[in-house]
Formats: sequence, structure tokens, C-alpha cells
Amino acid sequence: MESTADVPLVKPSRPLSVKETTVIAFENVAYSYSGSELLADVSLRLAPGSFHFLTGPSGSGKSTFLKLAYAELRPTTGRVTLFDRDVTTLSRDDVARTRRRIGIVHQDCRFLDHMTLAANMALPFTVSDRESDPKELDELLGWVGLSHLSGALPPQLSGGERQRAALARAVIVDPDVILADEPTGNVDWEMSLKILTLLVELNRMGKTIVVATHDLNLIRQAKAQVQTRVLRIAKHRVQLAGADL
Amino acid sequence: MKPPAAKPASPSTRAIRVVPSSGPTAWLTSFTAAAMTFLCVFALALSLASGRLADRWSDALARTATIRLSAPAEQVQVQTDAILLVLSTTPGIASYQAIDDDDTRALLEPWFGPDLPIESLPIPRLFEVVEAVPGYDSEGLRNRLTAEAPGAILDDHTRWRRPLAEAAARLRFLGLLSIALIGATMAAMITLAARAALATNIEVIRVLRLVGAKDSYIARAFVRRFTLRAFGGAMVGAAAGLAGVAALPAADAAGGFLTGLGFTGAGWLWPMALPPIAALVAFVATRRAAFQKLRELT
Ligand SMILES: Nc1ncnc2c1ncn2[C@@H]1O[C@H](COP(=O)(O)OP(=O)(O)OP(=O)(O)O)[C@@H](O)[C@H]1O
Ligand SMILES: [Mg+2]
Repeated sequence: MESTADVPLVKPSRPLSVKETTVIAFENVAYSYSGSELLADVSLRLAPGSFHFLTGPSGSGKSTFLKLAYAELRPTTGRVTLFDRDVTTLSRDDVARTRRRIGIVHQDCRFLDHMTLAANMALPFTVSDRESDPKELDELLGWVGLSHLSGALPPQLSGGERQRAALARAVIVDPDVILADEPTGNVDWEMSLKILTLLVELNRMGKTIVVATHDLNLIRQAKAQVQTRVLRIAKHRVQLAGADL
Repeated sequence: MKPPAAKPASPSTRAIRVVPSSGPTAWLTSFTAAAMTFLCVFALALSLASGRLADRWSDALARTATIRLSAPAEQVQVQTDAILLVLSTTPGIASYQAIDDDDTRALLEPWFGPDLPIESLPIPRLFEVVEAVPGYDSEGLRNRLTAEAPGAILDDHTRWRRPLAEAAARLRFLGLLSIALIGATMAAMITLAARAALATNIEVIRVLRLVGAKDSYIARAFVRRFTLRAFGGAMVGAAAGLAGVAALPAADAAGGFLTGLGFTGAGWLWPMALPPIAALVAFVATRRAAFQKLRELT
């Protein structure tokens, strides 16, 4: 496994179990919020280790697509499969366990406002009654440039700092999949590149990555570093975009 | 080398920290538990005291009965023999005894003086019957006496004992009912407080679900907090209630119905059971509320 990053941040991922051939699959999925159809007839299959961007106009359903992919929403029709299991067959505890294999960067970066940044970072460990390695936590905070803020409360952070923190929290438990919703929405270009580098590095470790973004420059930059595919939402459909980016 | 963790907290302590403590509901839970436990101590004292009363009355009165024989002079000896025969063949009687003239005179002496010509007076002859355990069938005995000795009347005190014992037993029941109602009220109040806390912390719960927390983990944070608060409040309430009961006038000094309202002997231990019970009620109520609320979320 090649690794070009200077920071040995991420441990090699545990291999997917032998049976698992698809990380996330949509089969004829449609989704509508209270009647008005947002997504229709979406069929796709994300292979382990793939890197996808998801683009589309604001309000086209990118966040909705990701919510379907981490079982926050159930499809109106069709079937969503996570790690080869139909989400409609998952119990609530199964969903919780599945989410431990999925690092989620939420568009509005939700944190627990009464706990320090460091405690928020460790939250995925805390909720599964595991100990986080303080050294690893420090390294991760250092990488996203937030070491000096580890004792700060989330409301004190800037938008960009929240975004970096959200990404750090998503990767801390070494998930198989990372679903990032606008992870570079609030940061400068330099930080965007840094975040992209982290995502590329994670992808090289074998993790499946889906990034929803408006930022075409970011996609171009990524294409130079790693093999990616671009999904575009248009007219309620999710299509593979051409090479014209 | 691992740097030592600042303060190793147990998993459940950390579970409780993931939910911010919410002021007003915290106060409400502790206060409710304290007030309800305080009331419970008195309800408990009432039902224990009336229970003792009911037992004492039925015990003391049920053990003995009296048979009175009023018959024409020539019949007295015949019917006396008949009564003794009936008593000797009735199951459930521990002992019986005809009260002779000397004893009768002694019984009447306080009222009529020592020189009562008892032989010439139509004073009924008395028999004392002591019941065995289990007792005799008083209706059957009465029927047999009527048949064998028409002048005999069985007075087993039930006529005036029963209402008293029944009143005491009903008082005990009311006390227990009060305890149950107090418990149900506490459960309802704590459920409301827990629901309010869950609603306030809905964003926290969303974040926890997002990072893979199971419902049981999230519930634990709330349940632990409410259980501890209820326990703490109930301790205060029980202590105050016990102090109140202990401050009641002593039983012999007060007399009357209030005689013995309070705890005796091991009865003092009962109120000690209230805080753990309050904690259990809070535990169950909060857990139910939490799982109900969590099921509404994805
Ligand atoms: N909970 C909801 N209830 C009803 N409608 C919703 C809900 N969430 C989103 N929508 C609607 O669904 C549409 C798609 O929302 P979504 O957040 O998926 O868009 P998006 O592509 O992520 O947009 P953006 O680029 O602005 O983040 C929007 O029109 C939005 O108003
Ligand atoms: Mg969005």
C-alpha cells in the first residue's frame, strides 16, 4: 500500500469482510420529502476504495443523497444497501453499529456545544465505550491545525475550524467509508487543499470516499492526485458526469 | 510511551457527561422525589399503625368469647351440662370454663358490693371460651347451643369487633393506596421532566446518533442522571419525613386513635427502602420516556 503523506495519520483500514463487495448501493431509489419528488430512479454502486464527488445545484439533493447513504433517511421506493445489507432490515442498533464504520462530515458540522473540542473529537470512541488514544487525538488535531483549540468549546470556533474539526471527528474511528458534505465550504483554498490531501490519503488507505461539493476547482485538483469519479444530480437523477470538468 | 490520561472516567460517567445538565428539570426531579417521599413516609406510618391496630383488635378480641345462660332455676343445671357437652365436642376450642358463683360475685363486686345474695338473683351463669388456632365455627356453635340449651347465648364480640377491625384494615388499605398513588405521581412527574430534558437536548441526541451511539447509550446518560437526582431527593424527603414522625408525641401520652401512629422496631427500616424505590421508579420512567423519544428519530 503506497503512502505519500508525511504524517502517518491513518492506520491501515481493517479489510472489508470477504462477503462485502459493495460498500454503498442504490437500486432504483426514489426519495421525496412530503410528496414532492427530489430524487428518482437512482441506481449506483460504490465499490470499496472508490473516490466519488457529488455535485449539483444547491437544493438538488446532495445532502439528501448522503443522508440516504448513512441511513438517516429511508428511501421512499427502491433499495439502499450498506455493506451488503438492505437498510430497511437494519435495527436501530444495527444502524448505530453501521455508522461506526462510516465517518460523516455533516454540512452544518454538529457538535456537542458543552464539551471541549477534544472531547467532541473523542465522541465516536466515547459512545462505543472505547478509549481514545490521547496521542492519536493530539496528532489528528495537529494535522487539522486545531491543537491550540483542543480545550475550546465548539461555539467558539470559526466556520472553517468547525469544518476541520468535523473531518477530524469523522476519521478518528478509522471508518471504512467517509461521507463528507461540503467539507471545504468554509475554508480558504490552502485549507481546502489540505483537507483534500487528507481525503486522498484516506482513500489510498483503502477507504471509500464520497464528497458532496460545489467546488469544481477542488474536483480538478483531486483528479490530478487520485482516480475519482464525479456524480452529478440533475433533474432528480444522479448521473456520472463526463470528463469535461 | 502513552501520556497518562488526565482523568480516567468510567464509561458510565462519560455517558452522563455527553448530555448537558439541564437546570430546571434537574431541580423539578429532585424536588418531586423529596416531596413525594416525605408524603410517603406518613402514608407508610399510617398504614403500618393501622395495620398494627387491626391486628391487635382482632387478635385480642377474637381469642375469647362468653356464653351466657339465662334459664329457669330448675333448668340451669341441665342446660349447664348440655353446654359443657357441646363445648367439649366442638373443634377449635382451646379451653372453656364455667365461671362459678364466687368468680361471678368477684366480677360484680365493683358494682354491687361484696354481699350480693347471688343465689337468689336471676344472674346469668357465665362460661368463658378460649378459641384455638384455627378457631371454631361460631355460627355452628351458636346453632348447636340453641338446640341443646335454649337459654344459652354465645357472645363472641364479633358484632362490635368487626367494624373496628374493618375500619383499621381499610385505613391500612388507604395508606397503601396513597403510597401507590404517590409512586405513580412521581413516575408521571419524572416522565414529564425526562421528556422535557430529551426535547431540550434533541440536537445532542442527533449528534450522538450521527457518531454511532446506540439508543441504550443515549438513554443511559439521561437515566443515570434522573435516577441519581430522584435518589438524592428521596433521601432528603425520607429524612425529613422520619424526623417529622419521630417528633410526634409519644404513643402513651397521646392515647386515643393516634396511639402508635409512627414506626416501631423494624418498622423504622421501611422508610429507608423509599429512596431506592424512588430511584427505581425514576429509572423505569426515564428509560421508557427515553426509548419512546429515541424511536421518533432516525
Ligand atoms: N427535512 C426536510 N423536509 C422537507 N424538505 C427538505 C428537508 N430537507 C431538505 N429538504 C428540501 O430538499 C431539497 C434538497 O435538499 P438538500 O439539502 O438535499 O440539497 P443540497 O443539494 O444538499 O443543497 P445545498 O447544496 O444547498 O446543500 C431542498 O429543496 C430542501 O428544501
Ligand atoms: Mg447540502
